[in-house]
Amino acid sequence: MRKILEKLDRVDRRVIYLLMALSVFVPLSLRLSYPIPVGEGPSRDLFDAIEAMPSGSVVLVSYDYDPSTMPELQPMAVALTQHMFTRGHRIIAMALWPQGASLSQEAMTAVGDSLGKAQYDDWVNLGYTVGAGVSIVRMGSSIRAVFPQDRDGFPYDSIPLLTRVQSLRDIDLVISLSAGDPGIHAWVMMAGDRFGLPVGGGCTAVSAPEFYTYLGTGQMLGLLGGLKGAADYETMVREGRENAPAGLATPGMAAQSIAHLVIMAFIIIGNISYLVIHKRRKGAPK
Amino acid sequence: MNWEIIGIWLGAVLTLMLYSFLYRDNPFYKFAEHLFVGMSAGYWVIYNIFNVLKPNFWDELTGAGDGSPDYFMIIPGVFGLFMLARLVPKIAGLSRMALAMIVGTGAGLSLVSTLQTNCLSQIEGTIMPLSGVGTMGFIDNLIVVVGVVCGLVYFFFSKPHEGITGKAAGAGITILMVAFGASFGYTVMARISLLIGQAQFLLFDWLPTMGIHL
Amino acid sequence: MRLFLPLVVTFVCGIVMILHFFIPHRPISTIGDGLTDWYMIVASAAIFLGAANLVQVHVHRINTKARNWQYSPVVLIGFLAMMAAGLVWGVEESLPFDYMFQTMVVPMGATMFSLLAFFVASAAFRAFRASNWRATLLLASAFIVMLGRVPIGGMIWKQIPVISEWMMQVPNMAGQRAVMIGAALGVVATSLRMIFGIERSYLGGAD
Repeated sequence: MRKILEKLDRVDRRVIYLLMALSVFVPLSLRLSYPIPVGEGPSRDLFDAIEAMPSGSVVLVSYDYDPSTMPELQPMAVALTQHMFTRGHRIIAMALWPQGASLSQEAMTAVGDSLGKAQYDDWVNLGYTVGAGVSIVRMGSSIRAVFPQDRDGFPYDSIPLLTRVQSLRDIDLVISLSAGDPGIHAWVMMAGDRFGLPVGGGCTAVSAPEFYTYLGTGQMLGLLGGLKGAADYETMVREGRENAPAGLATPGMAAQSIAHLVIMAFIIIGNISYLVIHKRRKGAPK
Repeated sequence: MNWEIIGIWLGAVLTLMLYSFLYRDNPFYKFAEHLFVGMSAGYWVIYNIFNVLKPNFWDELTGAGDGSPDYFMIIPGVFGLFMLARLVPKIAGLSRMALAMIVGTGAGLSLVSTLQTNCLSQIEGTIMPLSGVGTMGFIDNLIVVVGVVCGLVYFFFSKPHEGITGKAAGAGITILMVAFGASFGYTVMARISLLIGQAQFLLFDWLPTMGIHL
Repeated sequence: MRLFLPLVVTFVCGIVMILHFFIPHRPISTIGDGLTDWYMIVASAAIFLGAANLVQVHVHRINTKARNWQYSPVVLIGFLAMMAAGLVWGVEESLPFDYMFQTMVVPMGATMFSLLAFFVASAAFRAFRASNWRATLLLASAFIVMLGRVPIGGMIWKQIPVISEWMMQVPNMAGQRAVMIGAALGVVATSLRMIFGIERSYLGGAD
């Protein structure tokens, strides 16, 4: 047993990589699928908040991420956009990360076209702004000052959706899809606490634990954390709509489950071999 | 020419080049890595020109936006040039002016905002009732109150962690360990999610271009 | 004088932003709004500085034939190709700039970070040791969260997701809040030091 553990202790890292790859690729190839029960929690809180808003509300969605975290955040963007459009809300997209401006366009166009929503009437993509928190503060007095034109160069004043939107105070809800800084922190600080706007969010799993502090104080009204949060939201959006597509995150949750078990097995085996070998070394004569 | 399929192949080949690093560092990985850096920088500059510099600076300065030129925009323009002066060693000192403006504005903004959002609001949120909330509510609130106070004691290094302070700091590090454990769990989840995203791309976007449907 | 003017600029900008928070009325609001408008321009210059520096570094590497210099032209070609596509055709959808972003930058960015999944797995095997009771507590907490956030956790035992959510909302929140308050006090202290010119290290890079 000890010899096996010693061999395991010296195992090539590439064997670990291979096992990791298999734990993801095999469940995906087999199209394994597990049901995703959505209990009470921040995902449902965000869904309920959007559900409770009157039709025609204006929601500002900030795409504060880039392709490196797209697998987690883009499914959230798509599911949120689907939900808001089906509820009749209008969306203003923007980005505090440069590459978020392209990713937002992709999500908005795909969902908008599929649901028959018109750019500039039902949604607009203002594009990227530099300056993070400073820009948000400026948007508190004038959004036009930060975005004189939209992503494609269309003047702010000639966009029908924006005729009654002058500052952040004309927005009903802010949602930041955040991969780090600038992101949710900046929105909660500036839009939430400074201008009194309700703030919701979606974030990478890495940063989800820290935002529970904002949930606890009511500074955020809901949060989607990582792929699980995205899958939760997709599940809630699909409730009562049998033929709705599965979404982008839900099919990945089975692979996520298996990969978590594999990582846990790595930790357990690593600890057993550590304990056995460590004990032996401790007992060895100096 | 089917640009969509060419695009999928481009993405897949670059993906596999980067994954080749898992075997060992190699020229394919280095090629893709350097290409990524260059293209990302190009993307940033272009978006900066089209989404910030042109509408917020040039159009304002020349009046191309609303018809009335704003000559005060010369000031940030000059400060921006000061920033670029860092590239020329002889006049690099000018960049201090631009840095000072960035740092001063950022510091002034974050001072009040951080104090309000991450400090005062959090303290307010920790003032919780311990009675009239049921048994579970009592336990939960007690854990939060004691956890926050003891966690802060752990970060307080002006007094040696001995006696009652040491015990409080010990309780603090315990609650921090639970929080770090949760963070670790979420970190694992995040990294695997990213791999799942790329695996889905290879399996369900790229393989079908070769007639392999899973 | 070398530092005096920058310190004055830092002080004035900092004080304006603080006043802007407490007095959102004219003339402070007008000055504050103007400063934020200027900030965006100057901050965008920093991005140009970064890009110019990147080009400078790689041109230097090519000129001096530094180690792995052969890859520097790849950086420059990628940079120039993206710039040219953006400047000639613009950034709208389905045009070359957007096509290059979607087909090359997006998969490369996502792949680069997905490599971390493998490194986390390796670290899980080699580094995460339950060497004392607190480290064991950390691992136990991680296990509960890892199981509670995936469907298989609820299939093993229905209460795992519930316990996981409780851990996030109670002990995790307490720990994170302690960290947040501590860090916030650090930010406040550092900001004050910068505004009042005590902290000057950010001015030290240039001669």
